Amino acid sequence: MDWKGRDVISIRDFSKEDIEFVLKTAERLENELNEKGALDYARGKILATLFFEPSTRTRLSFESAMHRLGGSVIGFSSAASTSVKKGESLADTIKTVEQYSDVIVIRHPMEGAARLAAEVAEIPVINAGDGSNQHPTQTLLDLYTIKMAFGKIDGLTIGLLGDLKYGRTVHSLAEALTFYDVELYLISPELLRMPKHIIEELREKGVKVHEMTDLEGAIPELDVLYVTRIQRERFPDEEEYMKVKGSYRVNLEVLRKAKETLKVMHPLPRVDEIHPEVDKTKHALYFRQVFSGVPVRMALLGLTLGVLEV
Amino acid sequence: MPENLKIEVIPEGTVIDHIPAGKWLKVVEILHLTKPNGGTLLIASNVPSKKLGRKDIVKVEGRYLSEEEVNKIALIAPMATVNIVKDYKIVEKFNVEIPDEVVGILHCPNPNCVSNHEYVLPRFRVESREPLKLRCHYCERTIEGEEILGNL
Ligand SMILES: [Zn+2]
Repeated sequence: MDWKGRDVISIRDFSKEDIEFVLKTAERLENELNEKGALDYARGKILATLFFEPSTRTRLSFESAMHRLGGSVIGFSSAASTSVKKGESLADTIKTVEQYSDVIVIRHPMEGAARLAAEVAEIPVINAGDGSNQHPTQTLLDLYTIKMAFGKIDGLTIGLLGDLKYGRTVHSLAEALTFYDVELYLISPELLRMPKHIIEELREKGVKVHEMTDLEGAIPELDVLYVTRIQRERFPDEEEYMKVKGSYRVNLEVLRKAKETLKVMHPLPRVDEIHPEVDKTKHALYFRQVFSGVPVRMALLGLTLGVLEV
Repeated sequence: MPENLKIEVIPEGTVIDHIPAGKWLKVVEILHLTKPNGGTLLIASNVPSKKLGRKDIVKVEGRYLSEEEVNKIALIAPMATVNIVKDYKIVEKFNVEIPDEVVGILHCPNPNCVSNHEYVLPRFRVESREPLKLRCHYCERTIEGEEILGNL
């Protein structure tokens, strides 16, 4: 696979080999970073972060990754401050920005915006979230976190908890996990079950799937519990949201039934799904998960820029 | 007289045969024949057919089809045959085919899809032909059945 110039738009474009290669490269970079403190693979290269809607964490993670690679960053963090507000097309914005930079990271409220940007741009484009569609770097960092915590992904029993209907991160994570030999517990309120077509796809690809509403029943089985927030803005109507908000709370009480080695993950920010008392236990993996974003994004930036020897 | 020209013969133009019964109006809409274009438009609906049980036939005088139009018809009438008529004779006959990609024909039903907001041709990958299932190249959402017909 030729990585130089490649776009990172959808986890659906990735093969298992691609995923493994990114994880391996991230691990290598993390080790180098620990050894040397700073790297200079991307010296002289410029990343443009185009955040048409705010997502401070994702933006900071990409910026940190580029700085740690020795490169520099330009960009904007809301469409309100740009010519987009005056009606400039996305294509024109991209064609302009690519004159200033070597790689583009885009976050956009419309589904498909990153794909369109990649078609327009000559330089690589990385999707940092397009509406409710894709957020491939999140999925890669989730996989990386699991791999670093357990040394493997195969053979694990993983629980996905919360909003499995609208949750973009759990959809792509589930799709990526079809490449591995895992058992999945899908734990959600009835109203927020994983879409049928994804469950069918999981089963077709040989993943053992259990659907349930009750967290306590599943928790003793799990190696990983991936918690998601039930987000009001994803609900078409308020009434549906009120019925399910606060359905699950992961606290010390719930975790008493868990394996000692259980790791809890969450694509932060959280509201009240995980009690802060869990933070100090060895179950908490969610801050390490945030950290994983840096080496994974360093790997993607370095590979697509073609500055890492492959 | 050939069997499929039973209703009326046209001197030249296109005969679209083996349209599923009841779908003739959609074909007429796709070809923008709802307003007279100078030539005769002949429609036969619910005609007995060996292949389909019942079928519709649309005959358009003085008009030939572009590949894009043929592909559009394939989405609603995958069994349709297209006959090119010149001088009262069928000079060419072919089956429609659902392509691997459907470009610029139907709109994405997702209102938040970038293809509905930017200057770009809508584009779908054919994920399955039977039943027909398309996936938007941009927003990655899949559409099937009536939703496809409604967005043609
Ligand atoms: Zn679309």
